[in-house]
Amino acid sequence: MAYAYRTTEKLKQFFVEVGELAYFAMRYFKEVLKPPLEFKELLRQCYHMGNRSIILVGVTGFIIGLVLTLQSRPTLMEFGAVSWMPNMVGISIVREIGPVITALICAGRIASGIGAELGSMRVTEQIDAMEVSGTNPFKYLVVTRITATTLMLPILVVFGDTIALYGSALVENLKGDVSFQLYFNTVFDALEFGDLIPATVKSFFFGFTIGLVGCYKGYYSKKGTAGVGIAANTAVVTASLLLFVVDFIAVFVSDIFYDL
Amino acid sequence: MMDMKGQYQMVKQDSLRGTGEVVIEIRDLRKSFGDNHVLNGFSMTLYKGENLVVMGKSGSGKSVMIKCLVGLMLADSGFLAVMGKEIKTLDRKTLDALRSDIGFLFQGSALYDSMTVRENLEFPLRRHKEKLGEIKDTLPLVQEALENVGLAHTMDLMPSELSGGMKRRVALARTLILKPKIILYDEPTSGLDPITSKEIIQLMRNIQKMYGTSSLIITHDVDCARVISERMVLLVDGVNYAEGTYEELSKSTDPKVEAFFKK
Repeated sequence: MAYAYRTTEKLKQFFVEVGELAYFAMRYFKEVLKPPLEFKELLRQCYHMGNRSIILVGVTGFIIGLVLTLQSRPTLMEFGAVSWMPNMVGISIVREIGPVITALICAGRIASGIGAELGSMRVTEQIDAMEVSGTNPFKYLVVTRITATTLMLPILVVFGDTIALYGSALVENLKGDVSFQLYFNTVFDALEFGDLIPATVKSFFFGFTIGLVGCYKGYYSKKGTAGVGIAANTAVVTASLLLFVVDFIAVFVSDIFYDL
Repeated sequence: MMDMKGQYQMVKQDSLRGTGEVVIEIRDLRKSFGDNHVLNGFSMTLYKGENLVVMGKSGSGKSVMIKCLVGLMLADSGFLAVMGKEIKTLDRKTLDALRSDIGFLFQGSALYDSMTVRENLEFPLRRHKEKLGEIKDTLPLVQEALENVGLAHTMDLMPSELSGGMKRRVALARTLILKPKIILYDEPTSGLDPITSKEIIQLMRNIQKMYGTSSLIITHDVDCARVISERMVLLVDGVNYAEGTYEELSKSTDPKVEAFFKK
């Protein structure tokens, strides 16, 4: 009986949170084009998010490219299909691995950062102070951050994909005597619009999800300083889970339009 | 003197009511959080130019009351008016304009962590262009506000580089920069050592003399109340239980009032 009650309560809590998150997203769309646009703060956030994540995304992308090529190589050799390596790595990185890995890294890096920052601003009454100063804190803090993540993630994905392909090309160059030019020519020959467009559009949604969850968790953080840690932690977990849901929906929709 | 609710009330002295012009009026304010009824019909009036202290135990709803006053929280019921404008009837723009005339010193100073002291002070200046017009150079205003609190040298420091007392002073400077007509102090001396507390209290008195502001001070610090108050309201069980000067209230024999002044 107690177990059933606990389960019901948890389910209720889950649906309440989903509803609140949806309302938070709706509020974002309502406020995003209303003046003042807080352009300076938006630029500052874009710079911070892009600049702070670029090395992490680059290093991870490079290693992913290296590892993927190294691990696929023996299998492809077995089937005498090693010349397909650039096609295989290029398509898998551009379509799926690049956007998802970059988004997951940014969920850890950016969503937790936003959650902790807004959470600490909430518990130290900085958000209230902003409101009293005649500023709409939702617009100044939330709208700018969600917009910044939405704009910056596709850029980081393109950067991460490029570095990953360089990593892969390096392995092919060292192990298979394939020149960088030939490698990239083969990759670009293999890639189609159907690979690039859904991946790029998907990245915008990933960025939106990361910003939305980070801001939601931080903006409504409770329970004092302990709440800041909870906000940062749950922001990463929820954003990471939601990324896979968004990815599934994106692949499903792309499949309808592009017949993947 | 007992009022209709059986609550203890001191005789109000008209001489303590500043110029007699009402700047804040609260009537029958009620606010609950679930089953926790924090404010159960609180009423008070702040007159122009006076220092009114509202004292109450921790969790008695003092901070909730001033947050309702500036629209940070919505009251369940009751009448709240600042300078003749009823808060719940105001749209966002009018409320923001009204807020430029209300300074709010937060309990934990609430300085923006990611900004320098100068940027903290410039923030409200840039947000209230209607009141101040387009300001090309904010530096003289920032300097003046910081000099008034004795911290002109901290302009380029980050809040994390300041001590608790310095943070409170900078927060006070940020409150003053818009030259408000009313200042709301939420526990201005909490978390400070006795010497720094005295300095902050002295600063509050100087500010009132210099700017002629009306002040509503929320505190549970009896020493602070003694030094700064012209009139006091005791908040007990969500209502204004007693009202009068410090001298009057401190001599009271009512057990609930006595409890505040026992050493």
